[in-house]
Amino acid sequence: MENILKVEKLEKYYGSRSSLTKAIDNISFEVEKGEFVCLMGASGSGKTTLLNCIGAIDKVTSGHIFVGGLDITKLKGNELNKFRREELGFIFQDFNLLDTLTAYENIALSLSIQNRSVTEMEARIKKVSEELDIKDVLNKYPYQMSGGQKQRVASARAIVTDPKLVLADEPTGALDSKSAKMLLEKFHYLDELGATILMVTHDAFTASYARRVIFIKDGKIFKEIHKGDCSRKEFFDKIIDVVTLLGGDLNDAL
Amino acid sequence: MLCKLSLKNIKKSVKDYAIYFFTLILGVAIFYVFNALDSQTVMMNVSSSTQDIIELMMTMLSSVSVFVSFILGFLIIYASRFLMKRRDKEFGVYLTLGMSKRKISFILFFETLLIGILSLIVGLAVGVLLSQVMSLVVANMFEANLTQFAFVFSTSACIKTILYFGIMYLIVMIFNTVSVSKCKLIDLLNGAKTSEKVKLKNPYLCILIFIISSIVLGKAYHRVTAEFLTLQEVTDILKPIAMGILSTFFIFWSLSGLILRFVQSIKKYYYKGLNSFTLRQFSSKINTTVFSTTIICLMLFITICLLSFCLTMKNSMNANIKKLAPVDAMFTVPMNGEKDYPYYKNYGYNDSQIKNLHYTAKEVFELFDFDITSYFKEYIEVNTYATSELTLNHTLGSRLESIRTQFPFLAYDTREPIMKISDYNKVARLYGNQEYSLNRDEYIIVADFKSMVKVRNVALENKEEISLFGHTLKPKYGTCQDGFLEMSSQHINTGIILVADEIIDEEYLYQNHLIGNYQITDREEITNLENRINELDHTAKAKEYLLPSGSTKLAIKETTVGLSAMVTFIGLYLGVIFLISCTAILGLKELSESSDNKERFCVLRKIGADEKLIHKALFRQIAISFALPLILAFIHSIFGIMFAVKILEVFGTDELLPSIIATAIILVFIYGGYFFITYYCSKNIIKER
Repeated sequence: MENILKVEKLEKYYGSRSSLTKAIDNISFEVEKGEFVCLMGASGSGKTTLLNCIGAIDKVTSGHIFVGGLDITKLKGNELNKFRREELGFIFQDFNLLDTLTAYENIALSLSIQNRSVTEMEARIKKVSEELDIKDVLNKYPYQMSGGQKQRVASARAIVTDPKLVLADEPTGALDSKSAKMLLEKFHYLDELGATILMVTHDAFTASYARRVIFIKDGKIFKEIHKGDCSRKEFFDKIIDVVTLLGGDLNDAL
Repeated sequence: MLCKLSLKNIKKSVKDYAIYFFTLILGVAIFYVFNALDSQTVMMNVSSSTQDIIELMMTMLSSVSVFVSFILGFLIIYASRFLMKRRDKEFGVYLTLGMSKRKISFILFFETLLIGILSLIVGLAVGVLLSQVMSLVVANMFEANLTQFAFVFSTSACIKTILYFGIMYLIVMIFNTVSVSKCKLIDLLNGAKTSEKVKLKNPYLCILIFIISSIVLGKAYHRVTAEFLTLQEVTDILKPIAMGILSTFFIFWSLSGLILRFVQSIKKYYYKGLNSFTLRQFSSKINTTVFSTTIICLMLFITICLLSFCLTMKNSMNANIKKLAPVDAMFTVPMNGEKDYPYYKNYGYNDSQIKNLHYTAKEVFELFDFDITSYFKEYIEVNTYATSELTLNHTLGSRLESIRTQFPFLAYDTREPIMKISDYNKVARLYGNQEYSLNRDEYIIVADFKSMVKVRNVALENKEEISLFGHTLKPKYGTCQDGFLEMSSQHINTGIILVADEIIDEEYLYQNHLIGNYQITDREEITNLENRINELDHTAKAKEYLLPSGSTKLAIKETTVGLSAMVTFIGLYLGVIFLISCTAILGLKELSESSDNKERFCVLRKIGADEKLIHKALFRQIAISFALPLILAFIHSIFGIMFAVKILEVFGTDELLPSIIATAIILVFIYGGYFFITYYCSKNIIKER
């Protein structure tokens, strides 16, 4: 299988020499094409920092990140923007939809800044809106939609450009459990269609939809488990076991 | 502690609202400069009549200042309320922390005080510097030579500025205190969250309203230009103005709904780059800013018209003097004392004065023992005649009725002035004007007052015959000819009838004119001479004889220069104040827009839009907001200036183009300047931190 993402000896430090915080401390891992990987950890464990580094939103201190063979730690300025625009799709906890635009226009925006043609745009939005079941809300404004619908529209915006990698930062964080479940099922479905998704969460239920879960503690990889052939329920129990082992905040989150 | 908080707040907002402080400083500076104008003229070497005009100008300027302070006061209150609204959350936090409303009011009070003092100090400093430059302009305008450069500072203007702005700031403080005491905590905390709902207007209704308002606007335009001559009273103009204001509002209202729909239908353009974002952004806001856009548009319109009107008037007046006051002096005396006894009696002349109204001007001067002709290098004496046999009624002939219905207020019963062709040619030769010749049975009308020329041409084209002293005369030309007798600063000759010498009946002698050029050329000496002539009016002889009334080049020049300076200064003052007020409001709105949009631009960055694209979107957004009111104001101004041209007809409007160019330069400089400041500040606000 082809490697979409390769993280090599990544380090990210905050603060000055006197009071150094190692947010990410020598992390290496790989994500294959079509995988659905979850980064799990308590708040402050460095998982969001890691995601920001991969998304080229934050700069690394040392190490390399290869996306599709390209070392993104070497990119600068507009190359970075181009990379973000063309290779990545972002899903945020607070949706980040533009409230002045309709759902359709929000999705179209990520295509139009890539200068795609209108016909291609229409076809792609039609396809993605069917996949994510948001055909009915396309002409609505964000304030007219439920949280789940908003997050699915945001997801549609992220995947409509066919990115190499979809980065999701706590996508269920602002959703009620029913909407969260529905969204995750859609993620699972997208994964089966061939999308590569890297998701960050501190919620075991959310994580149980992934095929692989990487646990992060204090900026280091603590453990990595694969779903393999077991059911989601069994995988969930396995995750809980690790969480218990991890201790600390994650227990509280349950 | 509270003071420290205020200081920090100001420091923080200075960066974002630089445009507001900039406008305040500019306002103070302009206010000072125009109120300090007289101090610059004190040291100049100007005649007493010019001094009188300057005094009149200052009186006018100080009443204009009251009006200006209302505009600036409105601007300051609007801006400060607007800026306060943006800080709802901050006040909400203070209140939840247990700070009393009284203390919040104090913070605001202290802030206003600081801003006020700061803007006054800086503004006055700028104003004092600017007024040094202004003294050159003033000297140039009054054609006075600035004997030496001196640093002028007007204490009275300074005190006045402080007083007026002090009152304005005081009112702002009261407003702030009242609005703080009224606000509710829940609204303050949630204020930022309630996002405006995007409402799309019914497109058919928008189209309908757009068409109706365009028609109404067209009607208003038509009324003030094509139908100008039917506007008789001042109140007649109010209706088209009201129509214009209402249709401006509704055009913006309907456009706000239509522009988005229209561009949305061009999918290729709409879904290109950040166009959809920019347009949505613009239309989500224009829904709520139709009113302010209308106000800004109208203020721009007033500014453009005011500036070009005043500058044209000034240029034309100065240009006219050369042509319309070609000789040094003209003395006129009535010759028909006995015939028109009741008229002159009514006028307040005594019996002996009236009885003696049959001497020529030269003779009267001799009776005063003043040998006027010895002062002249060259001079001529001409007469005019008048008879109740020939009034405007008669001249217009068969066209009278149709003209009377169109222009009911003309003085139809006034006797027409008549001149011998040889007399007129003498004058024309001296003035450097066109000379004419005619046959015994012909007449010519010379006139230069355009509206009157139009009326008379109707009759002349129709070859209306007139009868005079038993002769029937036909017009030689189908139109009025250019020319005049009385010197003035404007084209005000409503018509003189020229006829062959031999048909004149000396019985109907009306006035005698003595016209000539002095031997002396020095301005000072001429002033002395004219003062001596004027003093004759206070001698004992003046009780017996009426001193011929003089109209001199110097006097005309001085009044004109004074008048044109007055017009220019008032026009510039009001125009610039209007312009900076409305652009400041526009700039402030855009800046606050940008800080509201900070989050949105962040989202754009996150989904991969690069800085260039974002800046382009921002630039377009601000450009549209600045351009929209300007475009309609331009269209308004075309008709506004056409209207002004008709009013200015008496001054002649050959000088229109330079003043329009000057107006455009001022507009580009101020409006364009504000636009770029707004853009750069906005760019700063949305910058990633």
